[in-house]
Formats: sequence, C-alpha cells, structure tokens
Amino acid sequence: MRLEKRAQVSQAMLWGSPILAVLLTLVAGALLFVVMGYDPFASLRAFFVSPINSTYGLSELAVKASPLVLIATGLAVGFRAGVWNIGAEGQLTLGAIAGGGVALLFWGMEGPWILPLMCLAAIGGGMAWAAIPAFLRVRLGVSEILVSLMLAYVALLLLSALVYGPWKNPEAFNFPETRVFSDSALLPIILPGTRLHLGVAVTVVVVLLAWFFMTRTLFGYQVRVVGAAPAAARYAGFSRDRMVWISLLASGGLAGLAGLFEVAGPVGGQLLPTISPGYGFTAIIVAFLGRLNPLGILLAGLVVALSYLGGENAQIEVGLPQAVTGVFQGMLLFFLLATDVLVRYRVRFGAPRLAGA
Amino acid sequence: MDTPRLELDGITKRFPGVVANDGVSFKVAPGEIHALLGENGAGKSTLVKMIYGVLQPDAGRIRWEGKGVRVLSPHFARRLGIGMVFQHFSLFEALSVEENVALGLEGDIPRRELGERIREVSRDYGLPLDPKRHVHSLSVGERQRIEIVRCLLQNPRLLIMDEPTSVLTPQEVERLFLTLRQLAGEGCSILYISHKLHELKALCHAATVLRGGRVVGTCDPARETAASMANLMVGTDLAAPARPERRLARKPVLEVEGLSLRSDDPFGTHLADVRLEVRQGEVLGIAGVAGNGQAELLAVLAGERPVDANTIRLDGKPIGRMGTRERRRLGLCYIPEERNGHAAVPDLSLADNALLSAIDRKGLAPRGLLKGGAAKRYAEEVIRDFGVKANGTAALASSLSGGNLQKFVCGREILQAPRVLVAAQPTWGVDAGAAVTIHKALLRLAEEGVAVLVLSQDLDELLALTDRLVVINGGRLSRPLVTAEATTEEIGLLMGGLHDTTGAGGTAGRAADAA
Amino acid sequence: MDPWIAAVVTIIGAATPLLYAALGELVAERSGVLNLGVEGMMLVGAVTGFAVTATTGTAWLGIPAAALAGTLMALLFAVLTLTLLANQVATGLALTIFGIGLSALIGSGFVGRPVPQLPTLPIPILSAIPVLGPILFDHDVLIYLSFVMTALVAWFLARSRAGLVLRAVGENDEAAHGLGHGVVKVRYAAVLFGGLMAGLGGAFLSVSYTPMWIEQMTAGRGWIALALVVFAAWRPWRVLVGAYLFGGVTIFQLQAQGLGLLPVPSQVLSMLPYLATILVLVVSSLGPWRRRLNAPACLGRPFRATR
Repeated sequence: MRLEKRAQVSQAMLWGSPILAVLLTLVAGALLFVVMGYDPFASLRAFFVSPINSTYGLSELAVKASPLVLIATGLAVGFRAGVWNIGAEGQLTLGAIAGGGVALLFWGMEGPWILPLMCLAAIGGGMAWAAIPAFLRVRLGVSEILVSLMLAYVALLLLSALVYGPWKNPEAFNFPETRVFSDSALLPIILPGTRLHLGVAVTVVVVLLAWFFMTRTLFGYQVRVVGAAPAAARYAGFSRDRMVWISLLASGGLAGLAGLFEVAGPVGGQLLPTISPGYGFTAIIVAFLGRLNPLGILLAGLVVALSYLGGENAQIEVGLPQAVTGVFQGMLLFFLLATDVLVRYRVRFGAPRLAGA
Repeated sequence: MDTPRLELDGITKRFPGVVANDGVSFKVAPGEIHALLGENGAGKSTLVKMIYGVLQPDAGRIRWEGKGVRVLSPHFARRLGIGMVFQHFSLFEALSVEENVALGLEGDIPRRELGERIREVSRDYGLPLDPKRHVHSLSVGERQRIEIVRCLLQNPRLLIMDEPTSVLTPQEVERLFLTLRQLAGEGCSILYISHKLHELKALCHAATVLRGGRVVGTCDPARETAASMANLMVGTDLAAPARPERRLARKPVLEVEGLSLRSDDPFGTHLADVRLEVRQGEVLGIAGVAGNGQAELLAVLAGERPVDANTIRLDGKPIGRMGTRERRRLGLCYIPEERNGHAAVPDLSLADNALLSAIDRKGLAPRGLLKGGAAKRYAEEVIRDFGVKANGTAALASSLSGGNLQKFVCGREILQAPRVLVAAQPTWGVDAGAAVTIHKALLRLAEEGVAVLVLSQDLDELLALTDRLVVINGGRLSRPLVTAEATTEEIGLLMGGLHDTTGAGGTAGRAADAA
Repeated sequence: MDPWIAAVVTIIGAATPLLYAALGELVAERSGVLNLGVEGMMLVGAVTGFAVTATTGTAWLGIPAAALAGTLMALLFAVLTLTLLANQVATGLALTIFGIGLSALIGSGFVGRPVPQLPTLPIPILSAIPVLGPILFDHDVLIYLSFVMTALVAWFLARSRAGLVLRAVGENDEAAHGLGHGVVKVRYAAVLFGGLMAGLGGAFLSVSYTPMWIEQMTAGRGWIALALVVFAAWRPWRVLVGAYLFGGVTIFQLQAQGLGLLPVPSQVLSMLPYLATILVLVVSSLGPWRRRLNAPACLGRPFRATR
C-alpha cells in the first residue's frame, strides 16, 4: 500500500471522510458491544436512535450540542492558525465562575440588565483565562498546549474551592452548591416544555458570523496562512502574534460564554462542583469532525452531542457503562484522522502508476 | 581494456507523471573523473540516487567492477565502495563533526579511533577539520569537507559529487579540484555532476550529457568548447538574454545606510554597517557564499525584520520600521529564496497564493472583504504571462514543479508593477527554460525603470544579469563593482573575505561583533 | 525512620510515574515525534496493570500487561502519524481522549477493588547503609527499574550508535533518510518505547503508589511529564531531577493539606503541581535558562520519503 499525493485537495473526501469516520465508529462500536457481551443492535439503537425519536429528545440534542458547537467554533479558529488551545474546559469554568459570580452578586435583584452583564462577565472571564497562555506564548514562546491545559485543572479546583467555601449556599445543609440565581439571571426557554434556551439561538448566530469571517474576509485568510506556513505569513505581513492573541481570546471568550449558558440554563441556575461533562475537551473532537469549518462544526456538534445523550440512555436501557461515551468519542476522532489522509493522498496498491510513459 | 568501475545499462526510472531517466547507459573507468552534465531537471540527481541506492531503477542494470549488482540501499552502496557527497548536505547541525561522520559510516567505530582517523584523512587530503566542533559553527566549505571526509574514510572506489561547487568561492573550488585530482590519481573514480562547463573542462576526463532523462551524447570536455557542450546540454540554442547597454548612475530608489543588526538566529550572521543603494533602471547583484548574512539582509530589506526607520529609504522616504505589507504598498516587492512555505503556501491553491502578496497592490481585499474572483483572475494572468504549467488556479502550489512554482512567484511579484524588486536566488533549482523566462522578465523590469536587486550564489547568473555587483561576507558588504569591469578572481577574493573597505576581513562579522 | 529520609522516600514514590512517562516521551521526542497522548497511555497502562493484577493476583503479570497496553496505545498513534501522516498534535489529543474513555470502560468493574501492593524488596546489605540505604535500596521493583531506565536511556542516547541514529533522525530526517537510515522505522521504535514507559508509569500508580483504580487517576501527570521534557531540555538526567522536584511539590501539598499547615483551602494546595508546571515552563524559556535550542529540529514534523 502506498500513499500518492493528490494535485488538489479532494473536495469529495473533505466531506466524505467525516461521514466515513462516523460509519467506521458505528461498526467498531457494534464490535465493541459484542465483545462486551451486549446485543449490538439493541445497544446501537439505545445509543443513537431512541434518544432522538421525540421532540423533547431533539431539543435535548440541541441543548447538549450548543456548548460543544460554541466552543468548537472558537477553537477551530486557533487550530487553523496553529494555535492549540486545549484548555477550553478551564475557560468554560472561568466563564461560569465570572458570570455566575455576577448573578450571585446581584442575588435577589431582578432586571433585564442582569443576564447581559453576566454574559459580558463570562466572556471576560474566559478571555482572561485564555490570555495567560496567549501572553506566555507570544512573549516567552511557552507552549500554549501545556499552559492552557494546566490552567484547566486549576480552574476546576478554583470552582471547587468557591463552591465548597465562600460561595456555598448557607441554606443548603452543607451541600456543595451556591444559591440559585434570581429569575432574571436565568436563560429564557425558547420552546416551552423543553430545556431549549436562548443560548442555543445565540450559538447559531455565532456560527453564522464565524463562517462569514473565516471564509469571506481577509482575517479568515490570514488565519489560514499563519497556520499553514508561518514563514509565508511573515512574508505577507500577517502577524503571528496577533493571531495567537485573537484566536486564544476568541476561543476563551466563547468557551466562557458556553460555561455561563450551562450554569444559567441546563445546570439549573447555580454553580456546582461539576458543571460540564468535559465539553471543553470534547469540543476539540467537534472542531476536527466539522473540518474546522463553522457550518461543519454545527453538524458535528449534533453528532457528538448524540454520543452524550446515547451514553446516558444506553446506561438506562441496556445497562452499558457510561464510559462507553468517551470511547466512542475517542474512536470517532481516530477514525477521522485516519480517513483524513484521503483528502490529500490517494491510496494505491501495488506498483507505482506509470504515467507519461 | 580495464573492467569499468561502474557500468550503467539502460537505466530507467519513472515517477507518476514523468520519466526521470530513460534507458541511460554509460561507463566510468577506474581513476576516471567522469562528468554527468545536464541542466536542472535533466535527471542527474535521480540517476545518482539510484547508483547510491536511495532509489531503485524500474528497468536496466548496474554493473560494479564487471558484476551485476542491485544497489538496494545506501548501506549496500557504501559496502560496495561507493561514496556520495550530496548537493544539499546531509548534515546534522546539532551534532559534532565526529558524530556526523559516524552516521555515514558502516559499522560502529569507537569514538576515539574515529577522531584519529578523521584527522589523518583530513591531513592527507588537505581538508582541515576538527572532529569535536559542532556543525552549526562551521562554514559551508567546512561542511562540505565533512561530507568528503565521511566518504574518504570508507576508502571509496567511486565518489559521487552532486554539484559540489555551487556553494564555494572560486578559490575553494580550486582547492577542491586539487583534492579530487589527488584521489583520481590514487585510482578512485569520480562521478562529477555539474552544469558548469568551465569546471568540466578544467577537471573531467569524460562527460556524459543528459537531457530530458536521456543520454544525448558523450564527449571529452578538454576537446569541446563551452558553447558546443552547452548546445548538447540544452538542445536548442537558448540564447542568454542580451543585456542592453544601460547608463549607470541614475537616481537611487532604495537606499540602505548604517545598517547593523544582531541576528535572531543563534547560528546566524550579524550585519555590520551595511550600506547599499539600488538605482532606478539597474540590476544590482549581491554575491557571496551562503551563510554570510544574506538571510538577515533579505529579512531587513523585505520588512520581515523591522529596523530603525532611517536605515532604509525608498524614494527618500524612511521605511525601516515598516512591515512587509506597508513596504509593498509603497512598491517594494520581494521574491524570497525558498518557494515552499515562504514565497508560497504549499497547501493553498494558486488563486489563494496570488492573494498572498498582491492583496493591496491589486486591491484584492477592500475593507477586509476578499474578492475571490479578482484573486482568481490575477492568478490566471500570472499563469498566462509567465507560461506556468499548472492545472488551473485551483491547483495546490505543492502540485507544481519547482520551476513552475518559481515562475508563478516571480510573475506574481513582477506583474504588481513594483518600484523596487528584491529577488533572492530567483533561478535556484529551476530548469533552464524557466531560468531564461525569469531572467528576461527581470531585465525587462529594469528597462522599464524599476530598481532590481538580485541576490544569488550563482556567480554566472550575476555576471549575466547585473550592472553592478557587491559581495557580502561576514555580514558586511564590499564596495560596489561595475560588473562589466570586474574579474572572477577579484569577486572570489571578496567572497573569501578579503575586504577592501574596512580591513576587518575574515569572518569577523560572525557572531563576534555586535551591533 | 528519620522524618527527612521518610520524606525523600515518599518523594521518590510521587516522582516515579512522572519519571517513567517523561523518559519515554523524551526518547520519542528526540526522534522527532511529539506524542501528546502520554496521559491516555498512562491511564490505559494503569487500568490494565490493575485489572490484570486484580484478576490474576500477581503484579508480575500486571506490570508487563501494563507495559504492553501502553505500547499498543502508542502503536495506534504511530500508525496514524507515521504511516498515515496525521497531524501529531491532533492525534496525541485523540489518544488522550480515547485513553480516558477506554480506561474508564475497562476499569468500571474494578472501582473499589483492592490489590496487594507491590512488595518492597530491600537489597541485602546495601539497604542497611544509613541514609542512603532507605533512600536508594529499599524499594519495590518498579522504582529500581526507574533508576535503571534513566541510566539506560542516558547511555543509549549519548553513547550507543543506535542512539546517535535516533538523534540524527530527530535532527534532520531528510538527511538521515539520504544516508540510508530508516526514519519511519526508528520513529516507530521510539514512539513504542514511549508507550511502554508510559504504561509502566501508569502501572506504578495503580499497583504500587496508590494500589487501587480511580477514573482519571493520573490527574494530569501525563501532561506534566510533557512539560518536564521541555524543562529538562531533552536530557535524561535532567528529567530525573525535574521529576523529583515535582515529586517534592506533590508531597509538600499533600502534607500541607493533611496537616492543615497553611490557612488556605485544600483545593488551592492541589493547584500547586499544575501551577508549578506553568512556572517551570516559564523559567525554561527565560534568558539564561533558555533551552529551546535543544529541541530536536524535526519535532512534530511529518516525514514522507519522496524522491
């Protein structure tokens, strides 16, 4: 087997490889279920079909996909520019802390200004957390990968310290949780009877804006050049440092906003020691699965959100351990990376093709 | 007659889309210095890689001292007694001379013994080297010595040298020839690859000429004229573009004064008090051995490395602090040495690559919004005007051959109608046809009144192209010479570091003197 | 035992998983491959070591199984990045995400189960030496092996011909290929070694240091190991020093939490190793400490043999 470089990027494989990756993941998943001694078809149905065969199920899918898409859209800008922010979970947490902090500060008050203020605080919190790796990378050349990740651990511990300590609800019998935010600090529900909240709509708007910026503006072009060939970016006069700042601040801000949407929405209007099932990390998979393209990320977010819903559902319906979700997500990314080779290369078998002879 | 040391019989090698070698046959006798002559892209490198076992032929036979062999790997070649000095040295910057030599040898020789043998060989063949030094601290000439010593330690009976002189000063070339003649005298065969005709006449006993992957002739270089060999090599009369008579001394467009700079690269060369002016309608050349501050100077001229505002002026306006984009808006365009990843983004299409440097001068992104159609049309214009062979504007830059991508890059800069064009090694590694296209375009630009600066290690190119010439050595520039009056020897001495301006010659600029 | 000696002994324990993981990663990086999946490989090693030990009742099977599991994880990475030329950063992240999920899945039946702790094997006579005896010669087999591996890796890289070839491949893959050295082969070997060592590091955690299985029990040690390699400027003995430094920080914060030495919440103390990692990365990049020059020149770059 040999790889032969294509003359042009294969558009067919560019979008075909994620689909292929999803199919391969399903096949491998079925095999995994068999090995574990479960009925593969019942398990796959419990995982991928029954969670979304109702309106409520679909709305839950959107609720789960929303933070993934919001974060992944920000991360994709950086990944394209060769900036590896993998600490979105930390920025999400800081956004929740900052936004939630505002809600707690004005606890007991009502007013239409509270929610926007919380959003600004959340974006600021996420940006501040992402500014640390940005600063260290630009000024000292320190790897943003390791710094952003270490800060994710720190952020989770900080949230825990607050929820167990100074921010603990004095009326909650020593449970590690804060007070419940006042009504004005909760995200409005846009589809009655579901948990579909305003944040989902904001996510869609952000995706469309990001798509426009990435494909139609000089900024998007600069991002691509900086990522693909740093020396060429210098030649063109595009500043790499600026890209590091912009992409880290953008992804940090969006992750922070996603964190606030969680605590002011599905989590139920309070801070808890755990507010996210690892959305910040899973969004990395979503970004790649969506080809670092905002519209693709929207689709990919739905697919990956299904693995969360499916994991919960399969645990109830067929008793699968919930850890299967993580395995599915990992496998999905692996298969994607493996099939991605087809975008730039052709796989050939046997002797080299003789052309022009 | 003696058994030939090496005999090739009908060697053929195909790559997807091209036949690199087609039925190549020739013989090399013991002790013979045999030239392999051909322009870039004629298939010389592919051929010797097969002899050295890096590649395998699709058809044909290799006979080594009369016996048929299949050279499966470089290891195997070395065991046979074949050594090779690559054009792009296969050296490891962070490792010592000794370690670099060890990596090219078969078997594990104890370090101490190896050091001893390196000293021995370098003494016997006039190739002074310190085994403990690290490669990054060595000059290009010294680096080549490592490659040669590495080969000689194996007592080779065939030494392959791939364009060994392209990076040497004329004096270093003379010294290398002495070593090679000594080796041949001891019975070692040498396969000498070059397209420099006067070198072949001076050194080689026989020559095989390749064109388009086929052998088109064999000759005795001593009996041929340079012109007859050139015709054999190129096939048609690719007349070098005639340089029109031009008046000197016109208005300076680009001026550099009092430029000193510490290199960012720990292995780089600092610039010391560089003074330079490029005048309207002239081609100014910068000659010099690689690694003498060219990279630093280019970065400063292009704006990739901003400096004090007043050290660089364009039409009298201080531009030293400006970045590349601002300078380009004022009319300073730049063709960098490296096509892949510097002048062009390999993984982007040609349309996207047209955008890279033409955004402002061609108005391709007004108010930050891309005009995709206009970028595509500009790419089409470049492809058409410069005869770029490409599969449309959607083709990836990486899918083009070196010559075609270089034509695209040059065209992209030239069609922007610059005030000043800085071109680094504009024809490095491109075929003769593309080189002529590029040379003609540069000369035409100068005729139109553009100030053109060409930096090259190829002295022949500079002699053919330029009106005036300066030499860079150790981060300093010599005084300008009028090309028509300069001699090769004079230029060679300047390249070797014998400076006329400051008296602080040698490699003093290297890391030692700060800005 | 003297409390100071006891402290040193616990520090060695806390440092050993880092030492294994960082040594393995160092070898992989010296060959030019950046594998960010250390955390994932460690976790799979930890859970495999634990599961096999718990099932068979002997760590003598559990430890090799952990090494094998780490190696298989690394093989996955190697196939993707070296054969299929996938992006090394993305693949490393995938390996970690996959490892977290897979280890949780394998371990779901083993949470809360006990295993016999790996026995200490005092070396006769030597372990009786005051001070040095308990520090160096009174440990379990994995700690002894970590000493041996450090020396072995240091010797291999500096003195052996294979080590020279490995460094050359990391420094200039094209040139090494031109000289006939199998770039991809060497990198496969280096990456697999990295996986083996990460697996051993994981096994040390789950059968010796804290003999139990908890989800994500590595708690970022794989990432800290990556930072250690940078801090150590890709030199094995400096990895040893760095690992013990981190062991010290870990033990300090555990002790401070346990004894309530400092008037801060325990979570703040738990942040220390992570903050120390950032600090170490910052220090490594500063003026006289600037060590980036030592980074293998081809680190993270895909290699594909062309003409």
